Amino acid sequence: MKADPAGVLTGAHYLDGDFACGEGAMAAGCRFVAGYPITPSTEVVERIARRFPLMGGTFIQMEDELASMAAVVGASWTGSKAMTVTSGPGFSLMMENIGLAAMMETPCVVVDVQRGGPSTGLPTMVGQGDVMQARWGSHGDYEVIALTPQSPQEAFDLTIDAFNLAERYRVPVMFLMDECVGHMTERVVIPEPGAIEVVPRALTAKPPAEFEPYRIDGGTIPEFARAGDGYRFHTTGLTHDERGYPVMSAGCQESCVRRLLDKIQGDADRIVRFEEEGTDDADVVVVAYGITARVARLAIEQARRQGVKVGFLRLIVLWPFPEKRIRELAGSVGAFVVPEINYGQIVLEVERCAGGRCDVVSVTHGGGAVHDPAKITGEILAAGAVAA
Amino acid sequence: MDSGERVEVRLTGFGGQGVVLAGHIIGRACAIHAGKNATLIQSFGPEARGSACSATLAISDGPVLYPYITRPDVLVAMSSEGFEKYRDELAPEGILVYEQDLVHPTVREGQRAFGVPSTRIAESLGRAIVQNLVMVGFFGAVTGLVPVEALRQAVEHSVPAGTEKLNLAAFEKGFEYLGGAVDQPVPEVLLPSLGGAPA
Repeated sequence: MKADPAGVLTGAHYLDGDFACGEGAMAAGCRFVAGYPITPSTEVVERIARRFPLMGGTFIQMEDELASMAAVVGASWTGSKAMTVTSGPGFSLMMENIGLAAMMETPCVVVDVQRGGPSTGLPTMVGQGDVMQARWGSHGDYEVIALTPQSPQEAFDLTIDAFNLAERYRVPVMFLMDECVGHMTERVVIPEPGAIEVVPRALTAKPPAEFEPYRIDGGTIPEFARAGDGYRFHTTGLTHDERGYPVMSAGCQESCVRRLLDKIQGDADRIVRFEEEGTDDADVVVVAYGITARVARLAIEQARRQGVKVGFLRLIVLWPFPEKRIRELAGSVGAFVVPEINYGQIVLEVERCAGGRCDVVSVTHGGGAVHDPAKITGEILAAGAVAA
Repeated sequence: MDSGERVEVRLTGFGGQGVVLAGHIIGRACAIHAGKNATLIQSFGPEARGSACSATLAISDGPVLYPYITRPDVLVAMSSEGFEKYRDELAPEGILVYEQDLVHPTVREGQRAFGVPSTRIAESLGRAIVQNLVMVGFFGAVTGLVPVEALRQAVEHSVPAGTEKLNLAAFEKGFEYLGGAVDQPVPEVLLPSLGGAPA
């Protein structure tokens, strides 16, 4: 279906990434946001709190991040498209209820505007150290989807995609901004409502007597009944059967949790998204995401001027990871160069997928600034000299 | 640092002078009304009202890849503290635009400086708070970086509703001031090549 015009601010704007993310959420149909303010994410909710009254949305400033995530789970079960917004320290506090959302198959979006960590770290400065936490932060086995924008325009566009993926797969979707993208202001073009596709909640058409909240009638994702619609349902963080009732057995654990993984892993080819350029005859391929992708592109231009055949793989969907493509490229390139604003996180995935068939070079940065492009260029040149 | 022509601007002043809004207006003029790309970064930190704050712009006809500035072509200084903090990074051929009652600058050989009594001009319009709009107008005239009509449109879109007239008046006063500025004596300022606005 098309976007509700009430939430779409069509036109060309000069917005920072946080505001653009808020506009993307409203365009996607988000009408419930609960959050607790934290730099550098607060502008997202400031924007939403100001604009929600115009479209019947509800924003609640909660007492903390635990409650924020809990409120989002509850709101989603009423059928509302729901989101919370935070940064590293708050993201940590949300992990328990993110696991609950994954186990209960609750569509929702969690925005994390990353700053330098660990702990309270660098509140006003950039980091990309939450990318593994986004995937593994809650206990047990589960799958999420994570997206990572490189500009305010993408903060708008990909927030819409985040909501659509959350609905389609009934998962919490992690929206991994970084302080630099969140606080930079650039042109953001918001299309007409008729040009924005939004995925509505897949409500069951069954009569209440025949409905079971976790029954799979084909496909991998159960139908949804909203709390209050007259359907009898039970949902829980405990391992549950198709009725949603707790069953404490290895057999039920296998069918319940396995499906949480399968619904994402089995459809990874459709979810994975990256931008690829110049990889056909590349000796070196740079893998980067978020703000670092822009800095890396500059380094690639510099390296090409010095004669290195270097390609670029920009990750847009970070999780699920583009395993298949990295494996293919590992057979033809000499090295991957992986700059990121942490001490080496996504590079571990690249190494895993490369499986020793080519070199993998980690270009780390502890946070507080973006890479000096010359540092990345240097690593590309060194890797290119070995490969050539 | 990007392919294509890239111009870097830093604006600085004390908190409350509207430094970030001035940067936003110039950036918006470029990115929305003049077909360029412009990335605005504002400094974040313990900047309370009254202390030095800053905003930077990377402006290019092509894509802006690297969002931060390294060697500003233009430094807009609305306070002495801001000028002292950022004076050394101005490019060798760079342009300094400054509040002449608050900043008493020296510049290096090859650099040019243009002063405007923006606070006094704003006060003459009845509201000192529009000092930043006088400065944006003056900046537009001095640098010629973006068409004046694009700046006017950006002013209209960026200031609070109901204040457009006052803000535009301040902008025009600043824009018109350039003619007078170059004829004024500028004490304690080393101006080896003071001239008109660059082509």
